[in-house]
Amino acid sequence: MEYFLQQLINGITLGSIYGLIAIGYTMVYGIIGMINFAHGDIFMVGSFIALIVITALGITVASGAGVIIAALILVLICAMLISSAYGWTLERLAYRPLRGSFRLAPLITAIGVSIVLQNYIQIAQGARVKPLQPIITGGHTIMKRVDEAGEFVVQISNIQILIIVTTLVLMGIFSLIIAKTSLGRAQRACEQDRKMASLLGINVDRTISTTFVMGAALAAVAGLMFLLYYGVIDFFIGFVAGVKAFTAAVLGGIGSLPGAMLGGLVIGLIETFWSAYFSVEYKDVAAFAMLAIVLIFLPQGLLGKPEVEKV
Amino acid sequence: MAKWDENVLLSVEHLSMRFGGLLAVNDLSFNVGRGDITALIGPNGAGKTTVFNCITGFYKPTEGMITARHEDGQTFLLERMDDFKIPKRAKVARTFQNIRLFGGMTVLENLMVAQHNPLMIASNFTIGGILGLSGFKKAENEAVELAKYWMDKAGLTYRADDAAADLPYGEQRKLEIARAMCTRPKLLCLDEPAAGLNPRESEELNSLLLFIREKENTGILLIEHDMNVVMEISDHVVVLDYGVKISDGTPDEVKNDPKVIAAYLGVDDDEVDEVEHQIEQTAGSQEGA
Amino acid sequence: MSSQVSSGAGLSPAMMAKDLLVAGILAAAIFGTTLGFKTETAVGGLSLEYKMGLAASSIAIVVVGRLLLWLTLWRKGPGTGSASSVADSVFNGVVSLFEGRTKILGIAALLFALVFPFLPFADRYWIDLAILILTYIMLGWGLNIVVGLAGLLDLGYVAFYAIGAYSYALLAHYFGFSFWMCLPLAGILAAFWGIILGFPVLRLRGDYLAIVTLAFGEIIRVVLLNWYQFTGGPDGLSGIPRPTFFGLPFKRGEGNFADVFGLDYSSIHRIIFLYFLILALALLTNFVTNRLRRLPIGRAWEALREDEIACRSLGLNTTMVKLSAFAIGAMFAGFAGSFFATRQGFISPESFTFIESALILAIVVLGGMGSQVGVVIASIALIGGFEFFREAEQFRMLIFGLAMVVIMVWKPRGLVSTRIPSIFLKEKKAVSSDMVAQGEGH
Repeated sequence: MEYFLQQLINGITLGSIYGLIAIGYTMVYGIIGMINFAHGDIFMVGSFIALIVITALGITVASGAGVIIAALILVLICAMLISSAYGWTLERLAYRPLRGSFRLAPLITAIGVSIVLQNYIQIAQGARVKPLQPIITGGHTIMKRVDEAGEFVVQISNIQILIIVTTLVLMGIFSLIIAKTSLGRAQRACEQDRKMASLLGINVDRTISTTFVMGAALAAVAGLMFLLYYGVIDFFIGFVAGVKAFTAAVLGGIGSLPGAMLGGLVIGLIETFWSAYFSVEYKDVAAFAMLAIVLIFLPQGLLGKPEVEKV
Repeated sequence: MAKWDENVLLSVEHLSMRFGGLLAVNDLSFNVGRGDITALIGPNGAGKTTVFNCITGFYKPTEGMITARHEDGQTFLLERMDDFKIPKRAKVARTFQNIRLFGGMTVLENLMVAQHNPLMIASNFTIGGILGLSGFKKAENEAVELAKYWMDKAGLTYRADDAAADLPYGEQRKLEIARAMCTRPKLLCLDEPAAGLNPRESEELNSLLLFIREKENTGILLIEHDMNVVMEISDHVVVLDYGVKISDGTPDEVKNDPKVIAAYLGVDDDEVDEVEHQIEQTAGSQEGA
Repeated sequence: MSSQVSSGAGLSPAMMAKDLLVAGILAAAIFGTTLGFKTETAVGGLSLEYKMGLAASSIAIVVVGRLLLWLTLWRKGPGTGSASSVADSVFNGVVSLFEGRTKILGIAALLFALVFPFLPFADRYWIDLAILILTYIMLGWGLNIVVGLAGLLDLGYVAFYAIGAYSYALLAHYFGFSFWMCLPLAGILAAFWGIILGFPVLRLRGDYLAIVTLAFGEIIRVVLLNWYQFTGGPDGLSGIPRPTFFGLPFKRGEGNFADVFGLDYSSIHRIIFLYFLILALALLTNFVTNRLRRLPIGRAWEALREDEIACRSLGLNTTMVKLSAFAIGAMFAGFAGSFFATRQGFISPESFTFIESALILAIVVLGGMGSQVGVVIASIALIGGFEFFREAEQFRMLIFGLAMVVIMVWKPRGLVSTRIPSIFLKEKKAVSSDMVAQGEGH
């Protein structure tokens, strides 16, 4: 029971990170129907930028709580802004020229961009893994049990709390943006019918750019969280996380924001529990197999709208 | 007893189709006679295309039975068949309201795809075809002949090697009919074949349909809004409104049916009572008969 | 200056300045961070190495480059007279040279391929490169059936390549089967897996199919990586038997290939043999695919790509049509995989990563979906180009990725973008790519 609870906490933390990345996939797919393969690499770039800023600021665990919080907010803003620049530029250079063209073309450029980003970071920052000393330490004991088998403690660390709370807050903010602002309305209109939206005076190009920027900003947040949680990053983390996050987006029902979050949680939980109870090696197999099973029996994903075949 | 009830090609019995809360088709029954041109008409949203989709297997009806009867006595329960088996076994072919051609393939290729199943058998499921066995060559030549026959009838021979997407609208409509005919159907279901055609093209379409009825022994069931086409070529008209059959008879009978007029033109409030009264009466007299 | 501007969207200094400023800010954000500061692992944590000169020059290149573009190609407003139209006219010129001579060209290319290993310059390096290119041509042709003809987006094609390679390696390892026995078996096994995978997932819409195939590719790789007892895990399998010349090994000594044919032993014999082996396999793939295109099954694949609902309305069992495309495509990957295993003599899961799938898909799409010639051109361009930058080891992949983006933006429909009809009455007219559908999903 305690073991289960501990894994649940770990799974939710991991799932939150996946969910944040998945939102970027789901928003872009929703609006232009394209798998932005490079999104995982934007996440990777985001975590590198966070690493650079953290190192530049020189914050360590000894800096004191107030300084750390202020510094991390600064890091977060920097990472979000700079990753947004990446997202915007990519959309502009690699995807916009192909708008309205052959469907597979942007997928190939996305794969190309993904290769470029990975190798660019590998050249610029080196191929070796980058370890970061833990900055946020400590935690809270939720449950403690002592029996003949020994002592077992269920803990939630401060960093886990930070990740879950940040995710919830951002999720709330972005849902509000989509639901209440004119930008959100424009996004939803473009999702439904891009041509009609442009006829009604919506700047479709700008709306799509904004979507990429929002996705990139969230990926950067995920990148920072990943960096703080695991403390190790390299140029290749984007691929695996990207595939998992896309899986999460599809699982949750692509195009749906809460779906992406839910899908992220499900993937995070499956991975954690599978590693905990069965084998660590096959955790990816479990996540992907789950995806296949869900799609076969529920093709629109968990929260997606069912599609009626128009004849 | 009308002649379409004597030699039935397709019978639809108590067909209902529900989409969530919407009852698109409600307890519909009618027969399509062999060798007839049957028109299914009704105002927009009356459920005509839904009936088509049920007949051709794209929707599974909520309730009801759809039976196709071949001349040799074979019967097929269409509501129980997979959609692709309906053209293959029960020999019911269809066209679509929004034309669905293989746009990147040529006219001839479109007609060859329609003959997929016999050609598949002739190619020993590809194995004989790869080895270049003569049996397949012969079957392929026959298939090309059938395609040429229908291209000729549809007036498309001169466009045989052009991409289907390259044809003008009217020719695309005709190609879709020719393609359906290449499956050698017993029943051809046409969803608004005359929509968007100019008067000359419409005229050509009529003669093509009459030719199919006369020479091919293929029954035709069509959805149509163009009353000129309906009245000119059909033998039997079924009228739907809000998923319910409101009239069924020869074109002349239907033309003069007050319920049809009411459904199409709308009626004043005080006339509604009168019409409803008439409906009750006719319903009563039908039951009596 | 302004007199040269014909349209309204001309060269206004204010607009230009704004554009350059935006470009500069973006370049600063992109290069100023990741290029300007390099994180180095140091004692007691990370340290930063400052490379401001590098970052500044990158930013300068972007801004100056854009300024030059404004002053030269974009004089009449951005988008007009751009570099792509210059490239287009060159490309069209080259194409028109070859147009109508495809048959002669094909024969010439085949003849060249046949005499290639005996040409004076063709040393081991060139033949090895040719083998590599031919392997990708074969894989491209195989995937072309699935993606180009049937319009099913498969991102996990490399899984079948891996299955082929491991089938041969394991069958040879555990049962001592010879290459010639394993080759068909590997193809059959791959096709079998294609069906197993295909059966549940082929009902899915295009992009879902893509992600499930991607997942499948990763699953296969993870299993190969972790099933240590059976597959050797990350260490892979080594000592895979080399192919024999129909029973005659390529070894020194009596009764071997060189001895029987009265030649002096040379290790190049084996390489040349491998070259002809993959050439034959690739030609087989091409022959079968071309044949299939003219058969009902091939037309059904293309019809499926055009309109699935229309297919069903004509009595085509679309599940079977999809499965056959998947299985046949997988089969060729299986053949190629067992060739790869015998050529390398060593395989490990590292050879079968997603990047391979992406590369094969890129070859198909860059070549022009459904075009057999396109696959050849794209393979030579991509794999050959990749080799060309061998010197710039570090930058190779970067350039490769950039090339993928640039070519795709330049020619979204691929290099060879017309479709040749599978049958004709009077005249074979190529179908313009604008009319050919894109397949599943949209």
